[in-house]
Parts: sequence; C-alpha cells; structure tokens
Amino acid sequence: MTHIATSAEAQATTAPAKRSLNWRVIDIIVAAVLGVATAVIFRAWDFIAGPLSDPLDAVVPGIAALTAGIWLIGGVLGGLIIRKPGAAFFVEAFAAFMSWMLGSPWGIDTFYSGLVQGLGAEIIFAIFLYRQFGPLVAALAGGLSAVFAWGLYLAIYAYADYGFEYNAIYLGCSILSGMALAGILGWLLTKALAATGALDRLASGRSAKRV
Amino acid sequence: MSGVDFAIEPGERVLLLGASGAGKSTLLKGLAGVLGDAEDGDEFGELLIDGEQPSPYRGVAGLVLQDPQANTIMARVGDDVVFGCENLRVPADEAWQRARAALDEVGLGHFGFDRSTQRLSGGERQRLALAGVLAMHPRLLLLDEPTANLDPEGVLEVRDAVLRTAESRGATVIIVEHRVDTWIDHIDRIIVLEAGGGVRADGAPGDVVREHGASLAAEGVWVPGYPPEVTRRSRNIGEAPICLTLDLAIGRDGVAVQQGLGLSIASGCGTVITGANGAGKSTLALTLAGLLAPVAGRIDYASDLAPAGGAHVHKWRSKDLVTRIGTVFQQPEHQFVARTVRDELELGPKLLKRSSAERRATSDRLLAALRLEHLAEANPFTLSGGEQRRLSVATALATGPRVLVLDEPTFGQDRLTWIELVKLMDELIAEGRALIAVTHDAELIDSIGDERIHLAKAAA
Amino acid sequence: MTSTDQLSSTPPGFLARLNPVTPFLASILFTTPLLTTIDWGSALIGIGFTVLLILAARVSIMSVLRRTWPILFAAPFAGLSILLYGEPGGTIYWQWWIARISDQSIDLALGMSLRVLAIGVPTLVMVAGIEATRLADSLALVLKLPARFVLGALAGFRLFAVFVEDWTSLTQARRARGLGDDGKLRGFFTMAFALLVLALRRGGHLATAMEARAFGGGPRSWARSSRLGAIDWTFMAVALGAGIACIVMAMLMGTYHLVGSGFDQAI
Ligand SMILES: Nc1ncnc2c1ncn2[C@@H]1O[C@H](COP(=O)(O)OP(=O)(O)OP(=O)(O)O)[C@@H](O)[C@H]1O
Ligand SMILES: Nc1ncnc2c1ncn2[C@@H]1O[C@H](COP(=O)(O)OP(=O)(O)OP(=O)(O)O)[C@@H](O)[C@H]1O
Ligand SMILES: [Mg+2]
Ligand SMILES: [Mg+2]
Repeated sequence: MTHIATSAEAQATTAPAKRSLNWRVIDIIVAAVLGVATAVIFRAWDFIAGPLSDPLDAVVPGIAALTAGIWLIGGVLGGLIIRKPGAAFFVEAFAAFMSWMLGSPWGIDTFYSGLVQGLGAEIIFAIFLYRQFGPLVAALAGGLSAVFAWGLYLAIYAYADYGFEYNAIYLGCSILSGMALAGILGWLLTKALAATGALDRLASGRSAKRV
Repeated sequence: MSGVDFAIEPGERVLLLGASGAGKSTLLKGLAGVLGDAEDGDEFGELLIDGEQPSPYRGVAGLVLQDPQANTIMARVGDDVVFGCENLRVPADEAWQRARAALDEVGLGHFGFDRSTQRLSGGERQRLALAGVLAMHPRLLLLDEPTANLDPEGVLEVRDAVLRTAESRGATVIIVEHRVDTWIDHIDRIIVLEAGGGVRADGAPGDVVREHGASLAAEGVWVPGYPPEVTRRSRNIGEAPICLTLDLAIGRDGVAVQQGLGLSIASGCGTVITGANGAGKSTLALTLAGLLAPVAGRIDYASDLAPAGGAHVHKWRSKDLVTRIGTVFQQPEHQFVARTVRDELELGPKLLKRSSAERRATSDRLLAALRLEHLAEANPFTLSGGEQRRLSVATALATGPRVLVLDEPTFGQDRLTWIELVKLMDELIAEGRALIAVTHDAELIDSIGDERIHLAKAAA
Repeated sequence: MTSTDQLSSTPPGFLARLNPVTPFLASILFTTPLLTTIDWGSALIGIGFTVLLILAARVSIMSVLRRTWPILFAAPFAGLSILLYGEPGGTIYWQWWIARISDQSIDLALGMSLRVLAIGVPTLVMVAGIEATRLADSLALVLKLPARFVLGALAGFRLFAVFVEDWTSLTQARRARGLGDDGKLRGFFTMAFALLVLALRRGGHLATAMEARAFGGGPRSWARSSRLGAIDWTFMAVALGAGIACIVMAMLMGTYHLVGSGFDQAI
C-alpha cells in the first residue's frame, strides 16, 4: 500500500527552471481572473467612451477610434502575463463574452469583436515565438488587435462605404490607440502587478524578479 | 526546506510537528504532488510514494490545505464534494454515493447537495474540505492544521471524523497541527521538522515526548506536559470604562447576528470574546474597531480617546482611527497593503509623519519581538500561515494605539511565538491599554483574560 | 437556515427546461441577423419577439428590469448622440456648433436606440438564472470545449462571487491601516488594483486546491449529465426563424438599412 520515502541525498534532479508552453491549472485560472477583471474594465469604459464617440466623430469623422484601445487590453494582458500560446486570445475573448453578459449595449457584437481582437494580439505574440514581452511587442499586439477589429467592421458593417478618408483616419487612430491604451498601458499594468508579487508563480512574475 | 529524510509505512498515523515556518505546509504539498513543476522553482532530491514520484492524478494522496477559504472550489456543497471523484474518473452514480457518505462522515449530511458554499462559517468550511478529500478515497490523507479555526466542539468532531475514516479505510494519515493534545492519544508516530532543514525527532509519541520533550518545548514545539508559562504582570485596571456599548446590535448588511449587547471595556484589562463558530465574534470585533457600522445601538469611547467631534467610532477618520484603535483581522491577508514586511510595519508611523530613524527603530523592535527579522525584505503574502499572523499583530502595534482589537491572534502559532505574543499582549495590558481578543484558545484565555464576553450562537 | 443559503435562482418558466448552452446559441441565431441593419422596423419587430418571449416564459417585469438596466440606460444615450452628431441628411431642423438634427439623424437615432434594445435585451432575458456550473458542464459535454479550460475558467469566475465581500474587507483593512482617507477617485483606483491582486493571489491558492483534488490530469468523468433535447433544437430553430423574420419584414416595410451603407438611396 502507501509507502512514502523522502531523501535529500539523491542527486539533484532538476535543471534550471525551464520554460514550457503547456498550460498549467494556475495559468488557466489566472487567465479567467484577468478575463473577468477586463470585462469589468470594458463595461466601465462603455459608459465613459460610448457617449464620447459620436461627438468626436462629428468633429473629425473616424477620430472616435482614439478611444478604442481600452477594449483591446485583454489580449495584451493575457499575452504578457501568462506567456502561453492562446493566452491573449483566451483573455480577450472571455472578457468580451463576460462583457456581453454584463449587458453591453452592443450585444453579441461585443463577443464577435473580442474573438477577432484576441486573434490579432495572439498573432504578434506568436510571431515573437512567445519569447519577447517588452513594451514594443505589447504595442504591436495592441496595434494588430486594432487592425483586426477594423477588419471585422469592414466586413460585417460595410465600412468600405464610408470612403477612403474615413477608413484611413479610423484605422490610424485605432492603431495608435491600441498601441498606447492597450499596448503600453497593458505593459505598465503587468509591471505593477508583478511588483506586488501576485504573479510569482507565473513566468511574467519571475522574470520581473530577476531584473 | 531541505535535508528531510524519512519513510512512512502504510496505515500509519503520523503527526508532523515543527516550529512556524519550518516547512510543514510545503512538505505536505510536496507529498500531494501539488508543489508545482520545474516552472515554479528548483527542487532537489527525491520524494517517492509507493516507489513513484507523487502525482495528484493518481488519487493516492488527498490534501486539505491550511487556508480553509482556499479549499472551496464549487458553488454548491454537492458539486464541491464530487469534484475530486470526477477528476479521478469515478462514474457518476458512484461519485454521488461517495459524496453522500463523505458528507455524513464529517457531520454535514443535513446540508444536502444544493446548499451554497459561499457563506459557510469557518468550521463548516473545514468539514466540507475534508469531505471533498474523503470522497476521493485516498490511501494517504494529508491534513494541514485541520482544526485551527474551529471551536472546541468542532475540534473534537473533525478529529473523530478523521479517525473514523482512517480506521474504516486503513488509510495512512499525516496531520500537521500545532496543538498536540487533540491528537496525541490517537496517533502512532511523531515526526518533528527542524527549522533550518532536516528531521529533528522521529518516533512513537511517548518516546519522542520522553526523550526530546524538554528540548523540543524549548525550541518552540508544543509538547504535552509542557504548558507555556507566562507570568501575568499586575494590572492597573482603569476606573472608568474606555468603551461602553448600549443596546448594541451587530451584523452585516443590516441583519443582526447579536442584539442588545451592553458591554463595558476597561483600559489596562484583557477582555476575551468567545463563542461558537459563526456566533458573531469577528463581527463584534470589527464593529468595536470602528470598521463596521452597528446595526442598532451605540458605542461610546471615552472622551479622552475619541477625536474631537467623533461621536460614532465608525465615522472617525481613518488617520484618527489608526492611532487610537489597532485591529488584527481574522484573515491576515486582508490586512496587508505593502510590498515588504518592513514597509508593512513602517506604514503606520509614516502616515504619522515620524522621522525615518524613528520608523526604522519601531520596525526593528517589532521584527525582533515577533522573530521576523530574517523576513524583513520578504513579501508579506509569501510568509507561512503563522508568520503572517505575527506580522498582522505587529502592524497593529506599530502606531501604539490605546485600544487593540485582535481576532484570533494566536492561532497557528508554535509554542515560542505563542509565548512571545502573549508576553507582548500582557505587557500592553500592563501599560494600561485596553486589549480585546477574540479567541478559541483556552490557554490564551487563562493567560490574558481578565474579563470574558461569551456570545451564544443566535438561533437560526 | 434561510433560503438565501440555497442557490435558489433558476431560469424562469420553460427556460428552466433548456440546456444551459441553448439560450446562448439561440441568442446568437436571433441577434446576428439584426446586426446587419440599423432601422427602427427590424428593431421594433425584434423587440416584439422579445416581449413574446418574456410573456411565454413568464419572466417578471421586475427581474427583466433588474437584469437589463444597463441596456435600458444606454439605449437613449446611444440614440441621443447619433441624433446630435450623426451624419446629417435631408432637412436640418436645429444646429449648434457641431451638433445638427436632421431628418436622417432622427431616423438613425430612433433605429439605433431600438436596435440596442433589440439585440441586448433578449440575450439577458434568456440567460437569466443559468448557473455557471451547469453552463460549464454543458460547454464541455455539448460543445466539447476542453474540460480543463472550461472548469478552470469557471473556478476563476467564481472568485468574483466573493467580489463584494472582498471589496468590503479591503475597505475595512485600508481604513484600519490609516489609508482610508484618500480621495474618492484615487481611493477607487487603488482599491480596484488591490482587488485584482487579491483575486490573482486567490487564484494561485485555488489552483493548488484544485490540483490537490486531482484536477488537470486528463480525462475525467462527469457527475452531472448535459444533453440537447428536442426542446433545445426547437427553441434554436424558432430563434433563427424570428431573427430572419425581422429582417424580411423590415425589407418588406422598406426600412431595412444595411449598416454602413450610404444614405442617398435609403431615404
Ligand atoms: N510562495 C512562497 N514564496 C517564498 N517563500 C515561501 C512561499 N511559501 C512559503 N514560503 C516560505 O517557506 C517557509 C516554510 O513555509 P511553510 O508554509 O511550509 O511553513 P509551516 O511549517 O507550514 O509554518 P506554519 O506553522 O506557520 O504554517 C516559510 O519561511 C515561508 O516564508
Ligand atoms: N462577509 C459577510 N457577509 C455576510 N455575512 C457574513 C459575512 N461574514 C460572516 N457572515 C455571517 O455572519 C455570521 C457571524 O460571522 P462571524 O464571522 O462574526 O462569526 P465568528 O463568531 O467570528 O465565527 P468563527 O469562529 O468561525 O470565526 C455568520 O453566520 C456568518 O455566516
Ligand atoms: Mg503551514
Ligand atoms: Mg471569526
């Protein structure tokens, strides 16, 4: 039956902490926590940025996209904090789903956008082979996420009909916003979280410690 | 921890002892195979169960963690208990049968499967965690301080549930517990971990106590027959009460759990609050400390204590509160706001605009008094259960408040720390402060309790 | 003890007999067609179907209001801002700086307000009272999503069930430690951050607790079963039919207006 033996004499079995791309239970749970927290941020931002966008667009059509970045932050946070394939997608999509359930005025549209935005951020982390997590990668992830969101609107909302100028301004502004409000802000938030020690069991927390 | 060598035979009942921070919880997690993989940190040596590396997935070992809050996984009692069975691929019918049996075994049979797990009292939570592990039919039962938060009746009930199961299943049991008396007559073996690493003692309970009793007690392990000696200093109990309550009703969300409390609390006096799990002790402590508004009635602090214009303690400004009433929460982690142990201690003095030399002196004194010097730069959340408890007491003392409200200050403490803590509390009382402590600890009640408030559990 | 200790909330009426994923799928089928248009015709018909659903399921008005207030609140604002700042067209009735009210902006504003209701409310009505645990079972068993992720997400989500209590404890702790006098806004942000940190820490403990119960090691059994029955298929078919009906009727009424297309031909 159960026989337990411990021994310190046996030779050291483990090499220096190696990195694995498999998801552990803690990675999944942290992703879910981040997803719910991000959903709350989304809903708060809905109330702040929603009413702003039409007046902005009335001044310069397309410029309202400057507020879009916050809705992309889930992907950046997921990628930076969890550092596993699919994390950026999972967090952004889960956050969008929760935001839909919390009564987002855009209804199911919110969820579709989340899927696409998550994919955009994910691609950047994949391009860097899940090895680079600096501010530049974060900004790129936010930026591509914005491009993907625009792609969705182009397809299902016939944005093309708005004309080139509108789309150029819209795309430019949303990339800028994605890089700053999702990318750089997400990177700063990750750094702040790591500093509290709350990420110690994750790759992002440990690399912060070594620095 | 390092240098730990031992072998445990099937069916043995082992009590694992050691000073606070010796690595008991860490060892149990290792035995359960949940210490994390190479990604979590480095490990050396080997640990084998039935000649294999431990893995939680084989269902050999079942672990109840130290923090009862952490053990609850699902939203309903039934779902929580079958969770482990599902992971072990137990077929549905059998899983539910096991769940029913396990709930009966720990005395929660009356709950049914549909009861919510969200608002269980500390004791109920402990039992539920135990049931969830029992349903997995583990051959090795690992329990980390399973009775630390329970009232005296609950302690016996949980103990008997564990013993019954071990008996009927022939399971091996390893228990970590500071208070040895509960278990000593029912176990086969004691293993004592050394604080710096290694095994300090290992053998039959009688032998270990006889051979090592005195030295273990001196090192901080609770050993039967070596009660802690704390000489009580003379008291100078204040004439007028420092705090009076009138027809006080306490509770959360406006629902009273206790009503009509007329309490009188004196300075220079140790007041202990006792009562069963869920009686409302923590609620009373928070209310007296000005952190929770009373449901009805009033609390009056002496005029030389209260800030100008501060009629209601729950409306005092936070900065006024921190210099007058110090609070230690039941859950230490609720209390921490800084990044290192030292910052945590210097936070109060900093708010009071003390000079950095003064702050340093305060934190050094407290670190030494509660034996936390070696952890000064550690993150408060990475401390062991007992270390967190001490730190939370220390933070409340840093601003020298005249009233101290402590919620279960001694739970999970080894003998040495217990003595330090009680000495410190005794000193504070002798200095003329009012000390209010919520506790289940009979020795603490004997040592510092000058007055006792017993809360009877309100009928549901 | 009292009934609050039981998980008493169940979906209302016949909705309780549906598999938990059915309302989600149905709401995708019903609202996706509506996404293609901004017009008051399709939106109004969509709202009509929602009212029918509320009546058929005997949902109380109070509970509808309680769940959907964020949408009810947002709908007029969504309309108002288009009314004032939307692309003008036709007669302009009123103008001040950049704000202009025109035929076209009135039309669009009405369509927008109603659309927010039509795509937002039915989902929330349908998913009311679904228990996260049953949903997770269903996501894994019916939609075959990976169990580890579904249950891990469920556990992470449950950490927010204690959200209010954690917020209270944090407020108390900060007050006790002398940090409670911060300004409202600053205090709010520090607290929100502290809450996230607490939830992440709890997540770590929870992961350990779940692994201690053998979670995460591959295939598992399920103590609760979850299947789609005839009622589920019927409900989804009806939802899709209703969604398409909205569009077709709007086209017949001539109000249909593809999102993003210009207005010259529409009016
Ligand atoms: N996540 C962590 N990161 C860093 N150090 C840790 C972590 N968890 C525990 N420790 C340290 O490891 C040591 C052993 O902790 P452990 O919890 O095993 O002690 P313990 O014997 O169970 O003590 P107690 O009786 O107080 O519960 C402690 O000094 C603690 O500070
Ligand atoms: N945050 C909360 N919100 C609402 N009710 C609560 C909360 N915490 C505890 N309760 C309930 O209030 C009652 C009193 O709880 P309290 O924590 O004061 O008990 P206690 O005497 O300290 O018990 P224990 O010995 O287990 O710590 C219990 O019935 C409990 O279920
Ligand atoms: Mg421990
Ligand atoms: Mg309590």
